[in-house]
Amino acid sequence: MQSHFDLFRLPATYALDRDRLDAAYRELQNTVHPDRFAASTEAEQRVAMQWATRVNEAYQVLRHPVNRGVYLLSLQGIDALDATNTQMAPAFLMQQMEWREAIDEARAAKNAAALDGLMAELRRAHQGIEATLARLIDDAHDYDGAREAVRQLRFMDKLIAEVGDVYEDIEG
Amino acid sequence: MALLQISEPGMSTAPHQHRLAVGIDLGTTNSLVATVRSGLAVVLDDAEGHSLLPSVVRYQADRVDVGYAAKRAQNVDPHNTIVSVKRFMGRGLADIQDAASSPYRFVDAPGMVQIKTVAGTKSPVEVSAEILKVLRARAEASLGGELVGAVITVPAYFDDAQRQATKDAAQLAGLNVLRLLNEPTAAAIAYGLDNASEGVYAVYDLGGGTFDISILKLSKGVFEVLATNGDSALGGDDFDQRVFCWMVEQGRFQPLSANDTRLLLTKARDAKETLTEHLDVRITAVLSTGEMLDATLTQADFNAMTASLVNKTLAPTRKALRDAGLSVEEIKGVVMVGGSTRMPCVRHAVADFFKQTPLTNLDPDKVVALGAAMQADVLAGNRVDDDWLLLDVIPLSLGLETMGGLTEKVIPRNTTIPTARAQDFTTFKDGQTAMSVHVLQGERELAVDCRSLARFELRGIPPMVAGAARIRVTFQVDADGLLSVSAREQSTGIEAAVQVKPSYGLADEEITRMLKDAFTHAKDDMRARALNEQLVDAQGLIAATRAAMAEDGALLSEAETAMIEAAITDLEKRMAGSDHSAIKRGIEALNAATTEFAQRRMDQNVRRAMAGQKLETFG
Repeated sequence: MQSHFDLFRLPATYALDRDRLDAAYRELQNTVHPDRFAASTEAEQRVAMQWATRVNEAYQVLRHPVNRGVYLLSLQGIDALDATNTQMAPAFLMQQMEWREAIDEARAAKNAAALDGLMAELRRAHQGIEATLARLIDDAHDYDGAREAVRQLRFMDKLIAEVGDVYEDIEG
Repeated sequence: MALLQISEPGMSTAPHQHRLAVGIDLGTTNSLVATVRSGLAVVLDDAEGHSLLPSVVRYQADRVDVGYAAKRAQNVDPHNTIVSVKRFMGRGLADIQDAASSPYRFVDAPGMVQIKTVAGTKSPVEVSAEILKVLRARAEASLGGELVGAVITVPAYFDDAQRQATKDAAQLAGLNVLRLLNEPTAAAIAYGLDNASEGVYAVYDLGGGTFDISILKLSKGVFEVLATNGDSALGGDDFDQRVFCWMVEQGRFQPLSANDTRLLLTKARDAKETLTEHLDVRITAVLSTGEMLDATLTQADFNAMTASLVNKTLAPTRKALRDAGLSVEEIKGVVMVGGSTRMPCVRHAVADFFKQTPLTNLDPDKVVALGAAMQADVLAGNRVDDDWLLLDVIPLSLGLETMGGLTEKVIPRNTTIPTARAQDFTTFKDGQTAMSVHVLQGERELAVDCRSLARFELRGIPPMVAGAARIRVTFQVDADGLLSVSAREQSTGIEAAVQVKPSYGLADEEITRMLKDAFTHAKDDMRARALNEQLVDAQGLIAATRAAMAEDGALLSEAETAMIEAAITDLEKRMAGSDHSAIKRGIEALNAATTEFAQRRMDQNVRRAMAGQKLETFG
């Protein structure tokens, strides 16, 4: 099967031209979406649904920083989320623990301003890892290093989701 | 847009003739039907010039009243006059919060609650179908012909059971559903196209019984829903309920009869509406017991007693923004939809939250129907050059129950539809040959806290040691947001597949029974109608197939062309007879014969579209 990158006519790199991806996605959905075939035969409607499903899936993978990393590594035959390989740099784990404590403190104090600051910091760190991933995959072809960076990004996503939950707790 | 102009795939099927299609807003309080006439979306009025049809159905022994006549009777005949039936769609008795204080005689049926009336026990699907039938008749009288189809709107936050129930009601009313469309998305179409907007918009939709918030990105003719949230049991009715409770307190009334309950609820609604324009309202009522109420409600008191309801809309709003990854500052405009957004307290709260004055220039009662009509026009194939595309999402996560009663999410909320996801499971015991699959919808971790959509069993798994079987469960959500699930054991290559359409709403047999009931006095009529429907379908299919072959015959080998021609000839032979099921089989055969052809045509469309993409990108 055609790769997700080929589908959108994009180079298979971690660095992503988001505008090009979005434009290609819109163009493809404009062509294959079931709404374009509402007055067509059942066979064409079925094919349209399958195609639109495939395009949505590919778009969802490519635009998401973790999924894109996992997918690129899978194209190299590497399982980034392999549960038997969970090595992680101690400095990163320390940092994780500090953030987690900060989240707990903000929750206990119902401090929305502290959450705002924390969220901004987490987003910056997230972007930093994305830049590292682009360097590791696209330039250095260091897939072992990339595997660890992808796992770090997953940790960051979980933290960011947790901050979202705390917002919900505080705001009711 | 692409530089390479390709013919519209859906357009080649039918001759260029305006196809009658409508948009229907099946509301909690009022329903409307709209259509596009000479390029303009208009709401269709009844013979007396009313555009709103009160969503009220009154059953009598020998007749059914819908709309104003039924609404007038709600105080005198509360048991048999069903208002706000939308709140019961796809819902069990346990789901209905104010069941005790409502005047209905509920029957707790499996799947969905039913209501006892003088004309028998009615399901909410049947009640809704009565409303839809009236709108269909209104549209056909007004447009002078039979409808090819309708777009029916549903709250974005409706779950699968509620959506399925709505589609069933439309089917029961004899409507061909072109699409179930989310109400805020419909409103965005009406607004976006009106104002030629680009950017990210929020649609705040507070109706009679439901609340939706949707965040949409409008860009280059594409309406992309980024996130949606809401509360499918929160609306104007709850504001009425608060006023009602205040009235009971003021009057120190004893437990009320059904008639008095309905009377006071009606007074509560009137008072609420008056407070939209006035700072206070005097409420007087005389109950059947002779007790009297004479009290004045100020806007300030009203705001205080409903503040928690208004706040209840802001939590889902925050969640939707967070799911979209956006801050309030990034929202270009806020569209207000639904009659309940007329309340000043709601407008103020929304303005405060989004730090901007919300848009109210389109009638909040009509905007959903107008948008639905515009989408129906596109889906019926009446627009060729200036159409747009909707990319919507599922509002609630879909998943399965796993060991220990936990929910395993298979498709997360806010995933763009159509979508499909597969998840692998394995057996728990040695020699296990069956596995029960429980399909859930919701965000909670425990299965019991989520909505149960369907249960089915996968049997015939070859006996193996525990953990050796690989059972792949596949979820497919179509463009209506409706789910189908299949399961398959694949480690041995032996297939055991089950296809379920979750119908928490109604089983197919039940729909068939209702259709039969509706036609018991006209069996021939039913047969004639079935035959007519199949003939129309067959003609359409043959015309579309011929058009596709004329356009892309080069994609077929001689043998393939001959095979499709043979299927057409066979179908034409069947059409000469009067057996509708034979025609149906012919249609299925022709569809099967053209599947490969459809796939190739789509591949070709994609190649052409992406060629245009490349040219455009690189200039």
